[in-house]
Amino acid sequence: MFAYRKPLLLTGVALTLLAQGALAAEEQFFPLVSYRVGPYGANGQSFYGGFVDYLNYVNLKEGGINGVKLVWEECETEYNNAKGVECYERLKAKAKVSTGPLHVMSTGISYALIDKSAEDKLPLTMMGYGRTDAVDGSVFPYAFPLVTTYQMQASAIVKFLKGKGGLEGKKIVFLYHDSAYGKEPIVALQEEAKLNKFNLTLIPVAHPGNEQSAQWLQIRQENPDYVIFWGWGVMNQTALKAAQKVGFSRDKMIGSWWAGSEEDTVPAGDAAKGYMSATWNVAGTDVPLIADIKKVVYGAGKGNMQDEAKVGTILYNRGVSAAVLSVEALRGAQAKYGKGKPVNGEQVRWALENLDITDARLKEIGATDLLPPIKTSCANHEGSGMVKIQQWDGAKWTPISGWIEGNKDLIHPLFKASAQQYAKEKSIAPIDCAKES
Amino acid sequence: MLYREAGQFKSSYAADQQLFPILQDRVGVLLLLAVAFGVVPLVAGEYWFSAILIPFLIFSLAALGLNILTGYAGQLSLGSAAFMAVGAYAAYNFQLRVDGIPILLSFIGAGLTAAGVGIVFGLPSLWIKGFYLAVATLAAQFFIVWCLTKFPWFSNYSSSGVISAQKVVILGHTFASPREKYLLVLGIVTVLALMAKNLVRSSTGRAWMAVRDMDVAAEVIGIRLLPTKLLAFAVSSFYCGVAGALYAFCYLGSVEPDGFSLDMSFRILFMIIIGGMGSILGSFLGAAFILLLPILLDIVLPWLAGLFGLPFSNATVSHIQILVFGTLIMFFLIVEPHGLARLWQIGKEKLRLWPFPH
Repeated sequence: MFAYRKPLLLTGVALTLLAQGALAAEEQFFPLVSYRVGPYGANGQSFYGGFVDYLNYVNLKEGGINGVKLVWEECETEYNNAKGVECYERLKAKAKVSTGPLHVMSTGISYALIDKSAEDKLPLTMMGYGRTDAVDGSVFPYAFPLVTTYQMQASAIVKFLKGKGGLEGKKIVFLYHDSAYGKEPIVALQEEAKLNKFNLTLIPVAHPGNEQSAQWLQIRQENPDYVIFWGWGVMNQTALKAAQKVGFSRDKMIGSWWAGSEEDTVPAGDAAKGYMSATWNVAGTDVPLIADIKKVVYGAGKGNMQDEAKVGTILYNRGVSAAVLSVEALRGAQAKYGKGKPVNGEQVRWALENLDITDARLKEIGATDLLPPIKTSCANHEGSGMVKIQQWDGAKWTPISGWIEGNKDLIHPLFKASAQQYAKEKSIAPIDCAKES
Repeated sequence: MLYREAGQFKSSYAADQQLFPILQDRVGVLLLLAVAFGVVPLVAGEYWFSAILIPFLIFSLAALGLNILTGYAGQLSLGSAAFMAVGAYAAYNFQLRVDGIPILLSFIGAGLTAAGVGIVFGLPSLWIKGFYLAVATLAAQFFIVWCLTKFPWFSNYSSSGVISAQKVVILGHTFASPREKYLLVLGIVTVLALMAKNLVRSSTGRAWMAVRDMDVAAEVIGIRLLPTKLLAFAVSSFYCGVAGALYAFCYLGSVEPDGFSLDMSFRILFMIIIGGMGSILGSFLGAAFILLLPILLDIVLPWLAGLFGLPFSNATVSHIQILVFGTLIMFFLIVEPHGLARLWQIGKEKLRLWPFPH
């Protein structure tokens, strides 16, 4: 009896193996250099939760991208640069076969990876953080500060404030986290101050920023018309409470997109009411895509968020929009290099450089207004430069403006100059963008 | 039986004064170096170089620097990361501002700059001791990081304050691949470690140890405290400075002042506590323990969880990793308070008698 069964069994095993082999070939790998614990763990949980949920959603809804299943492996960085490098090196071997864009959500880690990823030909996306002069693709072919950068955001905030009734002769305080993140927009604000003739005062806050009484005392003395606020983590709620204490009206305070999530305003209680911030993605579960993810992914019990109530928060939706862009890039790469096949870093790089996500396409995905339309090129790795201004009403974030574009003519030459300096320091020969297609 | 110096007679001063007087030690060290220089580059993969070996060597060097100051000269310091930052920024500025300067010279310059800064912050050690000195060196930690953030000249007016290390070129050859960088770091660390080994058994090293054991007694027998302590600060900072330069140029590639935080200083201090105070070998063992164990746990735990079918998420693994790591540190401190190097020493003594312990 066994004599009959054995060959059958063997064939069966062989067939399964074959099938697995075939399946394995049609997988698109995502290296997830993420963080869910550590000082900023709460932020990472929402962002990477949203990211993974969308990948799951694509798998469940369409069976992957043209049949190519999305798979991923996570490595915990705890927002620590050295650990980030270790994780990157660990996932690199797999990512060299096929890779989605790499999201590290940490300026420090992205700085540490910018040269390595270019050498390894793995595209590094820095959505709303990271090295901003990578907008110039001729010097940074593999780095993509997609959607918008700190400088463009600062410029857009200035434009918004200008729309509220002129800026000439007004006083603006820039209160910032004294790190790479907080210092990036200073150049842009100084240029804007020259152009719009307002007075700019810079006030740094040392990391982590849970003590700001001296800074707010200074702000009270200066009595500025607006405070532009570049905080991160615990610094945000501290600032809101301190502003309440010295009696500075919160509706004259406008934060960056890393200072404008529920994690920042809810702990500040009623001190946050009226506070505004920039954002490049809206909050809420009434965006059709988010509602559908809730239905499809969480309905199937495959949701990544431990706390389902956080689905639809700013950072969750940001994670989803990061995943949307990554998946759109993979679609683009497949369209050029072969549908239904996994794509590698070089091919994804081409796709990221030739992204064209129109309003119509966003509508198809169900992501209308979740993020702005994006069109990238070799000379413009940013692709949009638009933000919305939102306001905290005590319970939720509500957008109070349409998409505002920063002053590109003013800001982009700054990137160009900075990228040229980088190229000179590192003796990189810039690519000629005119020849790229 | 294997490890016994019986029968090894020294018939000249040179033979008596060599760095490793016992034949077995000499052979062991040569073998280790042969493996590190000859075999490892052939077998290790890119992940091993960039994520494990290079940081291990760099942190060993920093721990070695701190060990000279704390383990040998008895001056507790919490500023090691800051001196690394000085080294990193100094090497960057030497490369940037001095045309055509060889990179090795910048590394030495980085070490010397850090040594200079170290001497300044070592001055309080003449008046204060122990924990109070640790607090004074804490000032170095905060002041240096603040200084590098505050004055944009140090980062060549980069808008973010982050510096991006230049290419490492020696004699026209660019050290680009992880393997080449590993060999460069290994070379520098080997030379400096052997120098340290030599230094601590010289009259300088003996003076340090005398100061460590009791500075009044040391003064009575004619050791001048001021130069001795300051020299310890200078040499220690030199090592940390070179480690910092290597950290920027051969490991991360771009650094910001905030990266050299107090947290990093503490890690280096833990390395020498776990590895063994006053031991060159201990610096390496401690760096290996503190750096590599978390990575090992990070890889083994999910695998174990998978084996037993436990639903571990990434975050859970991280939490358990911290838990296990902390427990192991306590375990080692209770079982062997003198560090891993002491375990090795006990092992050597046992080997001397083996296999006839009576």
